[in-house]
Amino acid sequence: MLGLHAIDLARFQFAFTVSFHIIFPAFSIGLASYLMVLEGLWLKTGKDVYIKLYHFWIRIFAVAFGLGVVSGVVMAYEFGTNWSGFAEKAGDITGVLLTYEVLTAFFLEAGFLGIMLFGQARVSKRLHFLATCMVAIGTLISATWILMSNSWMQTPAGFEMVDGRFEPVSWLEIMFNPSFPYRLLHMVLAAFISVSFVVGGVGGYHLLRDKTDKAARKMFSMAMWMAVVTLPIQIMVGDAHGLNTLEHQPAKLAAMEGYWGPKSGETGVPLTLFALPNMETAQNDYALEIPNLASLYLTHSLHGEIQGLNSFPKDEWPDVPLVFWSFRIMVGLGMAMLGIGVLGLFLRWRKRLYDTRWFHRLTFFTLPIGFIAIVAGWVTTEAGRQPWVIYGLLKTVDAVSPLNAGSVAASLSGFIVVYAIIFGIGIYYMAKLIRKEPMGDVPDGGPGHERHPKRPFSVVEQELDDEEVRS
Amino acid sequence: MNVAFDLPVIWLFLIGFAITMYVVMDGFSLGVGILFPFVKHDQHRDVMMNSVAPVWDGNQTWMILGGAGLYGAFPLAYAVYLPAMYLPLILMLLALIFRGIAFEFRFKSNRSRPFFDIVFSAGSMVATFAQGVVLGAIIQGVQVVDRQYAGGTFDWFSPFSLFTGVALMLGYGLLGASWLIVKTEGGLQRRFYFLARPFAILLAVAMAVVSLWTPLANSRIFDVWFTMPNMLWLAIMPIMFLALVYSIIKGIIERHEKLIFVKSIALFVLGLIGLIISFFPLLIPPSITVWEAASSPKSQSFLIVGYCVLIPVILAYTFYSYRVFKGKVRVGEGYH
Repeated sequence: MLGLHAIDLARFQFAFTVSFHIIFPAFSIGLASYLMVLEGLWLKTGKDVYIKLYHFWIRIFAVAFGLGVVSGVVMAYEFGTNWSGFAEKAGDITGVLLTYEVLTAFFLEAGFLGIMLFGQARVSKRLHFLATCMVAIGTLISATWILMSNSWMQTPAGFEMVDGRFEPVSWLEIMFNPSFPYRLLHMVLAAFISVSFVVGGVGGYHLLRDKTDKAARKMFSMAMWMAVVTLPIQIMVGDAHGLNTLEHQPAKLAAMEGYWGPKSGETGVPLTLFALPNMETAQNDYALEIPNLASLYLTHSLHGEIQGLNSFPKDEWPDVPLVFWSFRIMVGLGMAMLGIGVLGLFLRWRKRLYDTRWFHRLTFFTLPIGFIAIVAGWVTTEAGRQPWVIYGLLKTVDAVSPLNAGSVAASLSGFIVVYAIIFGIGIYYMAKLIRKEPMGDVPDGGPGHERHPKRPFSVVEQELDDEEVRS
Repeated sequence: MNVAFDLPVIWLFLIGFAITMYVVMDGFSLGVGILFPFVKHDQHRDVMMNSVAPVWDGNQTWMILGGAGLYGAFPLAYAVYLPAMYLPLILMLLALIFRGIAFEFRFKSNRSRPFFDIVFSAGSMVATFAQGVVLGAIIQGVQVVDRQYAGGTFDWFSPFSLFTGVALMLGYGLLGASWLIVKTEGGLQRRFYFLARPFAILLAVAMAVVSLWTPLANSRIFDVWFTMPNMLWLAIMPIMFLALVYSIIKGIIERHEKLIFVKSIALFVLGLIGLIISFFPLLIPPSITVWEAASSPKSQSFLIVGYCVLIPVILAYTFYSYRVFKGKVRVGEGYH
């Protein structure tokens, strides 16, 4: 590869595989909770529309869950193949947390997922609802383990160094490390919001087809409520998360703000709306700023100061333009989503929510918006902590496996090709399911049957291609 | 009891158990893919895939359980072996993903069916071969300096590891054939009786070659097997091996149906026990022991709680699945 080092390729490979992966767990987390709400409402009100929607979304949930498991397996091995320095030095802590996540996922599959997907005809309504709740809680527990592990890498706690390795001292301190609660809340809300935009987009699509479709109206309405309620909360949580980053990872925050340090004669940190951060001259080119605004939301005083990038050694800077821009994409999309939510609320107030075709088209067009924001957010936090993999303690260059660029390039091309095919087929298939009208019962199945929870796809009957050529 | 001393041994046993479960259980479902080219009829291929459809994905649970357990309990082994086996492992993962997707979509497709047939079969073969290569490369040993892999990109590539790659394909082929003998009947079953015999004979030869090649290429392993008094009581291993091979081939000729599968599994377990005898207490030959590779006692004891809760759950689930799924698979049945 032209001038690329194994470490750059390994980083790109991890970014590529994990960006693909995160979409599906986020989808599963949000959708599982939505299914729980739908089934709960059905039990409470007895209205058919809820169970119809449940059956519609459970098929899509099954496919998303399956794709999440497939892409997750790759992640579990990448820590060893590409980041053996990290695995060896921090495996005592992160290996344990990761294994607990794997155990949680298997526990779910072996137990409640089967009842949720296939047990409707066999168990009581209450038990089935319990299974749905357990799957929803299980996806949240899975997320908890992963975010514990990631947060520990960002804000390490509860360990001691033994011969250059991280050994656990207090599991409680490791698990509940300083940035964990913020990161967990931020990510779970992001999953909820992303799914509400998927549900809203699909609802909008079906309203365009037929605006009297009851199920479409119901899901559209629920999604718009969800968006307008969760986005303001998410903005507050995101703000708190930012303050936490300011406290524990000031260099990352400086890069997010594009702040190099106080200019002569000025006090306070501006909010930079647009700029091309220049790491060579250590300043922003073409900057468009609102003076003192960042001081206000970061320090709650008009002239408060934060550490600029200039107060850190240059070799401890992250890639400033990347962090600066990915952060702006995330925030920008968040604001756009809030705008759509508020617009929905306004149209509801004017009793035009189900009749405004351009708004339905807009929601359909913005269906994946939440996932893009999630990936941008992860790029911000992961690129922002560079050059560290365990913040302040282990550098990424010391975490990478002793591999040559050729083999990483080969595996990277392999992953790109395979992911393009697999997820191409998967997403095409989901799109086919989404285009169907909300439909009837889910087929029967269970462990040892043709359809079973370890193959979530088997819940879906939709053919992949339509042409029948077999005799 | 000294906990720090014993925990790693318990963990070795747990992970060894998970890996054995994987090798045996995914072995036969990969074997079904290896046998695909020998069976041409589309409906017969349906039967073959249906014979593993309800269980194959659960089988792979054990691989992830073993891999994740290795990361948490023996991070050093995880950090040395995975980069050392980089290319074959990545190839195996990609092949398994392809194969899994072929499983899902073959049943749901019409036009693209022949395509998924090839993907399924090729994916099974590549994954098996890669696993065999990894096994051979581990037996050969890897270079470690300062707790990091210190060898080259292609150190795993050797006549020996290519040979174990082929040997594992024969082994999974035998497991697949004997599984299909249990799950099919009539003409299709006769086909698998016919296929099982060459696989069994070739596998026996390959295992014998590996068993001799390993000690001859490695003086430490030679000393384990060929010094007194070890040699006397270890003589039971080759005797059991010969007895098993004889009774498998006899079973195929006399059509014993279920016993052939059980004995083929026993043959695999025997091979794994042989490996443990050769290596224990080393986890990364030639010098790193199980205790040196272990994570701290605090990590191992914290993780063992989850592991010990989950293994019975997975076992119960597995047992229940197979019980529901017992009996023959017939043409036209269970298709969806």
